[in-house]
Amino acid sequence: MHPAFSVIFLTTLIGAGQGLFLALFGAEALGLLGVLPAPSSEFLALGSVLALVFLVLGLVASFFHLGRPERAWRTATKWRTSWLSREVIVLPAFMGLVFLYGAAHWFGVNPALGTLPGEYPILATMLLGSLGALLAVVLYVTTAMIYACIKFLQEWHSPLTVVNYTVLGAASGFTLAAAYSAWAGVPLVTFTATIAVVLTLLGLATRVASLVRNSRIKAKSTVQTAIGVKHPRIQQKSQGFMGGSFNTREFFHHMSAAFLRAMKWIFLLGAFVIPALLLAIVLVTRIDPVGVLIAAFVIQYLGLVAERWFFFAQANHPQNIYYQSVG
Amino acid sequence: MAQTPSQEIKNTTCYMCACRCGIRVHLRDGEVRYIDGNPDHPINEGVICAKGASGIMKQHSPARLTQPLRRKAGAERGDGEFEPISWEETFEILSERLGHIRETDPKRFALFTGRDQMQALTGLFAKQFGTPNYAAHGGFCSVNMAAGMIYTIGGSFWEFGGPDLERSKLFVMIGTAEDHHSNPLKVAISKFKRQGGRFISINPVRTGYSAIADEWVPIRPGTDGALLLALIHEIMNKGLYDRDFLVRYSNAGQLVNMDEDSDAFGMFLREEAPPEEGCYDAQNQLWWDRKTGRPVTTHTPGADPYLLGEFTLQDGTRTKPSFQLLQDRVAEYTPEWAERITGISAKDIRRLAHEMGVTARDQRIELPIAWTDSWGEEHESVTGNPVSFHAMRGLAAHSNGFHTIRSLSILMSLLGTIDRPGGFRHKAPFPRPIPPCARTPKGPEGVQPGKPLDGMVLGWPASPDDLFVDDKGEPVRLDKAFSWEYPLAVHGMMHNAITNAWRGDPYPIDTLLIFMANMAWNSTMNTEEVRKMLNDKDDNGEYKIPFLVVADAFQSEMTAFADLILPDTTYLERHDVMSMLDRPISEFDGPVDSVRIPVVPPKGECKPFQEVLIELGSRLKLPAFVNDKGERKFRDYPDFVVNYETEPGSGIGFLAGWRGKGGEKSLRGEPNPNQWEMYAQNNCVFQYELPRSYQYMRNWNKGYLEWSQRNRITRFGEPILIHLYSEVLMKFRAAAQGKGPSRKAPAHLAKRVETFFDPLPFYYDPLEYQSTNKHTYPLAAITQRPMAMYHSWDSQNAWLRQIHAHNVLYVNSRTAKAAGIHDEDWIWVESQWGRVRCMAKYSEAVEPGTVWTWNAIGKAAGAWNLTPKANESRKGFLLNHLISEELPGDEGPISNSDPVTGQAAWYDVRVRIYKAEEGEPKETSPQFKSLKPYPGQSTRARVVNFFAGLGKR
Amino acid sequence: MTQLALVIDLNVCVGCHACVTSCKEWNTSGDAGPLVDQNPYDADPTGTFFNRVQSFEVGEYPNTETVHFPKSCLHCEEPPCVPVCPTGASYKRESDGIVLVDYDKCIGCKYCSWACPYGVREVDAESKVMTKCTLCVDRIYNEELPEWDRKPACVRACPTNARLYGDIHDPESVVSKAIREAGGYQLMPEWGSKPANHYLPRRKTQLTIREDEVERADNPLKIDSQLPKPGQEEPSLDDVTSW
Repeated sequence: MHPAFSVIFLTTLIGAGQGLFLALFGAEALGLLGVLPAPSSEFLALGSVLALVFLVLGLVASFFHLGRPERAWRTATKWRTSWLSREVIVLPAFMGLVFLYGAAHWFGVNPALGTLPGEYPILATMLLGSLGALLAVVLYVTTAMIYACIKFLQEWHSPLTVVNYTVLGAASGFTLAAAYSAWAGVPLVTFTATIAVVLTLLGLATRVASLVRNSRIKAKSTVQTAIGVKHPRIQQKSQGFMGGSFNTREFFHHMSAAFLRAMKWIFLLGAFVIPALLLAIVLVTRIDPVGVLIAAFVIQYLGLVAERWFFFAQANHPQNIYYQSVG
Repeated sequence: MAQTPSQEIKNTTCYMCACRCGIRVHLRDGEVRYIDGNPDHPINEGVICAKGASGIMKQHSPARLTQPLRRKAGAERGDGEFEPISWEETFEILSERLGHIRETDPKRFALFTGRDQMQALTGLFAKQFGTPNYAAHGGFCSVNMAAGMIYTIGGSFWEFGGPDLERSKLFVMIGTAEDHHSNPLKVAISKFKRQGGRFISINPVRTGYSAIADEWVPIRPGTDGALLLALIHEIMNKGLYDRDFLVRYSNAGQLVNMDEDSDAFGMFLREEAPPEEGCYDAQNQLWWDRKTGRPVTTHTPGADPYLLGEFTLQDGTRTKPSFQLLQDRVAEYTPEWAERITGISAKDIRRLAHEMGVTARDQRIELPIAWTDSWGEEHESVTGNPVSFHAMRGLAAHSNGFHTIRSLSILMSLLGTIDRPGGFRHKAPFPRPIPPCARTPKGPEGVQPGKPLDGMVLGWPASPDDLFVDDKGEPVRLDKAFSWEYPLAVHGMMHNAITNAWRGDPYPIDTLLIFMANMAWNSTMNTEEVRKMLNDKDDNGEYKIPFLVVADAFQSEMTAFADLILPDTTYLERHDVMSMLDRPISEFDGPVDSVRIPVVPPKGECKPFQEVLIELGSRLKLPAFVNDKGERKFRDYPDFVVNYETEPGSGIGFLAGWRGKGGEKSLRGEPNPNQWEMYAQNNCVFQYELPRSYQYMRNWNKGYLEWSQRNRITRFGEPILIHLYSEVLMKFRAAAQGKGPSRKAPAHLAKRVETFFDPLPFYYDPLEYQSTNKHTYPLAAITQRPMAMYHSWDSQNAWLRQIHAHNVLYVNSRTAKAAGIHDEDWIWVESQWGRVRCMAKYSEAVEPGTVWTWNAIGKAAGAWNLTPKANESRKGFLLNHLISEELPGDEGPISNSDPVTGQAAWYDVRVRIYKAEEGEPKETSPQFKSLKPYPGQSTRARVVNFFAGLGKR
Repeated sequence: MTQLALVIDLNVCVGCHACVTSCKEWNTSGDAGPLVDQNPYDADPTGTFFNRVQSFEVGEYPNTETVHFPKSCLHCEEPPCVPVCPTGASYKRESDGIVLVDYDKCIGCKYCSWACPYGVREVDAESKVMTKCTLCVDRIYNEELPEWDRKPACVRACPTNARLYGDIHDPESVVSKAIREAGGYQLMPEWGSKPANHYLPRRKTQLTIREDEVERADNPLKIDSQLPKPGQEEPSLDDVTSW
């Protein structure tokens, strides 16, 4: 597939935003439980703004993908069948919850809406946060399922796609949360950085798992099934046109195999190894964490951009069998 | 509410290639919205091809010329620097110059036309002007096909005849370009395959039609003759020939004089008293009758000739039947011999021969159609042997093509498939006498100042006396057609016109008028040098070809060299006739002609070339175009078509349909003022269906021949026997040997004529092979015709050029690997005449000793108003740079042509290939200075978003 | 339920591209039009086409088949492109099974093209919406056209009649018969998309001639090889021998 930057930025930006929100809500919840020092409302509100910035940027990027963005409102109609439609519903809903969650903290409006057994109050922010966290996860799934549901894109058609979108997005979000905590001077660095390291390493494992899986894929479609001729040696001599078409532009990355290999190593280092090392350094040393964590996030984000580029480029669309030769 | 645009459908005839399909042009608010095939048209039965369906883009092409242009003073030819002038000024320039030439030395005006469909008019103009220097593209197209078959069976493929695939069981296609007769052939092949016919394709390359053949037989280019002779060998050897057919309908049994000392050696023995002379075979030859054991006149009732044997007349003259001579000839042409030449195994050759022979013999068709033959014998039925062939330029465009095609014609005759169901069928006006009756003048006295030519501009020599040469045997024509060098150059030799004019050999000319032929590019050999010749000047600084006029609808490589450009219309903007006087569109069952009627107005100041000729003819007062008082006779071309008669009162005109005052007559009749309207009401086509008893065996069908004579399609009604043995060729050989009554060949050409005018077909390596080191140049390089592009015409078509934007050289993967060439590498292709750089592409569908590319996709930079960056010029290439129009000869250069017919030997070139160096640019070579758009051309749109009826959106 | 479709007979397709340009020509000025052409007279011309003819070489020289392969939307019975569309612009008609794009609803997200394994959808670079073969819905039900003409443009154009058109759910239709009798097959059956368009394979006509069939009892050589007897007057041994 041709890696479209609009989609690369959409998925990586909102992935980080979702992860950041999960970190914020997790910190608040654990704070309420007394496991962690409770973060201030201000910290959570500003954090929500930061998450919203990522989400809005992602949304903006997505519009560049559309031929007719003025009709984008129509996209919510087919949620029964289309994962894209579902994503389009979940994303603004999630953004709304993040906004409400942030606003509640900002304005300090946090009434108890009831009590749970054991006299735990149901705080408004906790309700909003729980729903937001749920939608964050649902959003990971809907985003990933856009790709994973296409069965003939075999590189994508795997639970690992959902896992990776979730884990990688969350990892970058927690790294971002760690950097934000360090910058804000909030004592949540260890918590967020630890989870970031865990998620990053988990992501490394699941992403490598998908790399391994994809390297073993045997394409179900072949030129034989594509044209229905059973002969071991079939070669296209003409794709029927010479100056290119939508089909040659949209589904081919037009890069060399060496470039693809380089990209793989870049994202493995950038998205996983380097950020994990930087996060570990912060956790085990007494170094001033702000710069290191910001660097960790930037590197991880760029690594994920590379990862997403690779995700598209590696996907081999069966339609490409029909577009092999100019003659 | 949206206004419904007005819709209208107009019928006319397509011209996106030479097929001439019937089309329906759908107009929306006057703009062409859609073009589809006319289901009521006999040629295409409603279908259309890729080109035909892209006609809209031709109308909108920025390559359209829109006004007469004159080369700017000071600009060089080829620079494409022009200024617009008025038509009036154009006509003044032309009539003054041509008028002077006509009054002094008319042969200094030469008119050559390309793939035009108005040779009846262009030829008439040249004849009326009085110049012998006229020809159309036939000489560099497929004249071998026309001449080889017409001199053998009295008819040929495409317009003049073809395979009866409706009833055939075995169809053999050999050396066929996909653009010839394409829609009708596609329709027929499909039906043929669906009804279970077997289709064999013999071709070095498997594309197009060959792709769907049941069997592909790859053959080395230029060796078809060897294959065909070996097939004849095997068929004769196994007795698979149709004896009854040959005896009655060919000269197989006719006795040939074998007395080597006689002046009549090699001629048929004849009855004493020769009957009146005419352009037909008198029926006075002899058979040796098996029953009486003595010579009798052919077709003597009850007689049955020996086909084999040797006999001695009472006067001691030794004689053999033609068939015996043919058997003697092919004795050495064994399948094993042919295997070494063609690359086809002897086993396969035998099998092919058996398939043909057994199918012809065992699957005989019998139709309950009673008919009478020329000798009065009544037949209760028409029978046929269902084996048919189709061939075209793959056979023709070799310097041994004439004899190859004679071989094919003889093979078809041996199988008994001439004008019979399931075999080859003629189309009117064929069959014609062998050869047909038209003759050129016989010497320079036929060319006189101020007078029309004393003879036809092109003709069919029946003997050396019909050649167009002076007392010394030197050519009268610029292209040397009908001279001792190319005696049967019946379509002229346009491919040598520029070189000869430039060299002044046989003489210099003044004005060269080229109509729709891209002679500075794909229609010429040796393109680079010919471009220089067009621009070359003598010591006085005068152009060697002083005045160059080009008429075309589009800016092309050729127009760039013009001194004067006459902008022609497109096919949708003009009247045309597919005339019985030219190449009509007849069907097997009778004559058909058709017309074009304009569906949109001409663009800008474009003027149909016919109108230019009629205007010029009137201004020059050429007799056919003016009345007794010297006044203009015809208002315009449509008026000319209606009212012109070949002779006053002849009743024969350009169109055969709806003649007579009220349109009640067919074929002959007085002019009908409403003829165009009647064509318009009848799908633009006139179809005459012969009675069924006249539809077959027409060479010898008394009823048909009388019908044909009554309708003045032929002058004589004599039977047209198949010439297995060609006495016509023998007459030329005899003259070269100094024998016989006719004029004699000049000494330096005697050997050549003696060799190649063999009355029986023989095989020789193409002439260029003979002068090429086959080890240095081991590969044959040929072109094929893409079905979505006609010649160079369609690179300016926004849709068609997306299908073929550039061309590559297809090389068998094994051949390429052996040369260290990878798929899609840039390579050099080199012949002994030049080299081109291009991209190679592996193929498994090409014979390993052959490389090929699509014809005429490559363009010069900026030509056809493409940008200089267009793929056509950067990645596309022309094979023509590798082909020479001349070969070295003992007495100076000779044309790279068939020595019998002057057919351009396009496919004889030998090449080698090697990888381009690493640092070389990734573009084709040679490159030429980019052309600029001319005045009046529309600007090149960056985006076309065509929607008819809304103007340009 | 009706399922209109094309059946493409590879046995007779000669790769002429008539279906390609006749499709373009009809549709650029039809309901789907205009269909853009970019760089029409410049380097790398490219445009929107609903139908392409491709060429494949099968086998190795000399046992090579050249296969011309026309391809347009296959109007799948389980079209994977339809459910993924977020707006409902991509849909399959209940009435006749044609898969269409509603150009007014399409947002140009290209997702349907990703979800099509056959590569038959093209975004028009000018209108920015997804386009594809409509089976000429604006022809086949067009009452301004005479009934015989209500066929897709490519079907009307095809010189070898390699494109059959009809209802594959009607067992008596020309397409159903062709599929049944000539071994019609679907492309990429592995995805379960059940393309309505089918392809007919190459079919070969062979001729077997046994050796004893080459010569027949009425072989003309039996006549022609009987050469005349020499005349009695011609010299013979009888003239010179006496013992």
